[in-house]
Amino acid sequence: MHPAPSVIIFSTLSGLGFGLLFWLGIDPSPPTGMTGFIFFAIAYALAVGGLLSSTFHLGHPERAWRAFSQWRTSWLSREGVCAVGALCILGLYAAALVFLNIHIAFLGWIGAALSVATVFTTSMIYGQLATVPRWKTPLTPALYLTFSLAGGALLSGRTTIAIALLLFAAAVQLAWWQRGDKALANSGTDLGTATGLGDRGTVRSIAHPHTSPNYLMKEFVYVIGRKHAMKLRVIAFGLTFALPLILLLLPFSHIFAALAVLSHIAGVATSRWLFFAEAEHVVGLYYGMR
Amino acid sequence: MTTLPTSTDRKLGLVIDLDTCVGCHACVISCKGWNTENYGAPLSDQRPYGTEPMGTFLNRVHSYEVQPEAGSAQTVHFPKSCLHCEDAPCVTVCPTGASYKRVEDGIVLVNEDSCIGCGLCAWACPYGARELDQAEGVMKKCTLCVDRIYNENLPEEDQIPSCVRTCPAGARHFGDLGDPNSDVSQLVESRGGFDLMPEMGTKPVNKYLPPRLKDSWDDQSLLAPMLEPVADESRGFLSWLDKTLDKIPGGSA
Ligand code: SF4
Ligand code: SF4
Ligand code: SF4
Repeated sequence: MHPAPSVIIFSTLSGLGFGLLFWLGIDPSPPTGMTGFIFFAIAYALAVGGLLSSTFHLGHPERAWRAFSQWRTSWLSREGVCAVGALCILGLYAAALVFLNIHIAFLGWIGAALSVATVFTTSMIYGQLATVPRWKTPLTPALYLTFSLAGGALLSGRTTIAIALLLFAAAVQLAWWQRGDKALANSGTDLGTATGLGDRGTVRSIAHPHTSPNYLMKEFVYVIGRKHAMKLRVIAFGLTFALPLILLLLPFSHIFAALAVLSHIAGVATSRWLFFAEAEHVVGLYYGMR
Repeated sequence: MTTLPTSTDRKLGLVIDLDTCVGCHACVISCKGWNTENYGAPLSDQRPYGTEPMGTFLNRVHSYEVQPEAGSAQTVHFPKSCLHCEDAPCVTVCPTGASYKRVEDGIVLVNEDSCIGCGLCAWACPYGARELDQAEGVMKKCTLCVDRIYNENLPEEDQIPSCVRTCPAGARHFGDLGDPNSDVSQLVESRGGFDLMPEMGTKPVNKYLPPRLKDSWDDQSLLAPMLEPVADESRGFLSWLDKTLDKIPGGSA
């Protein structure tokens, strides 16, 4: 799959933003006043910035409001509904904390639930696509949720929880990669089933329908990044988990904490790039590619 | 509305005969010609005369080679357009309701005025049947020529999809695959028509007819015995002429 920068920025930043909002929402003694303002400003900048960036890859962003209508069947629509719900409710919650010094706990809980739901719905956009076997697994929502919650804990300065969640997310990431490498082969879909000619012999593509890449090939058959996939996995793993964990275990310092957050963000972005670049869409089979 | 109908009154679709398709791409061109100036936004081209030309097409023809365990390989030309699936995953993922499946005939369409061009439906289609138009930013797909098949302004013989009308080999057939007695259903029945990627659970309406097995290298032509020489010795006037001319010196055969 083509790793569109807007989608990678969106899923990296929004994941962290909604993760942070979740922890702020369930916090029994959330930050108030100026500290509260800074925390919520960071969370909103990440969540809203990510959402805005995701509209850049739309053909008609001006019609984006229509995307709230089909929540009955579409995970993308559900994501929009959950995101707007979370942002509105937590906006009230934050305003009360920052300006009135009042903690309306139940608003926080609803907002936290909607924040997690937003991340879950994002993950299900990918997790339910049978056309991309590497994504179609319950491990995909697990990956998005653990990343988001670990990142949120890290951003909100919850060291112990962050360490535990980073370790958990690291395990999910490894399991996801492990499964993903065999997913296409295990899916049972190949050029034989794609053409229905597989039981007659080995099917080979001898001529594409067109002489240079079309939309389908550009969007779904992205092979450039795969060469360095292994190296990038090591980098992603080091930046997302290993380095932040080391920094968290060192004696506390604001510099280390900031470095841990930056390293984590860079790592998540790398992991998300691989999430797309390594994913094989079955339509590639028709082109004799994957 | 992106909820799929539980059933449709008819299941209009295409039957594509992989045995007779000669890979001429005439259906590709006629599809583009009709659809670029009728339903919805035109089908744009990018750099049509430059390097790496690219454009939106609703129908494409691949070519494959099938190599059996023993014997000679077979070339199969393979046209592919939207299969108007009964369980169309492209419809349910659409966040705006732009993609829908019609209850009356099962045709899967995009309402381009509602489409935000998110591309998710193209991600959900296993067959590569949807292409995002690069100029208009909206999703394009085969309409089953909905603006021809019900169009009473056209002569009756033209009230079929453009690709079907054009195919010089008669490799494309159009009809109601929900009616077991229709010509297309009978054809599928008699020729063993099949689905593409049945494991995806999309239940395509369009069916493909398998190529017939071809002769093997060792087969004798039915005509071979008729080509045997009928006489070992030549006789008659031409024989006499042949021999006489041979005797004259000069020249050689
Ligand atoms: S072929 Fe693709 S675009 Fe057409 S109905 Fe099936 S899934 Fe949708
Ligand atoms: S590209 Fe258009 S038709 Fe396709 S899912 Fe998005 S809004 Fe729906
Ligand atoms: S039915 Fe019409 S739109 Fe569909 S492939 Fe044929 S010509 Fe193109």
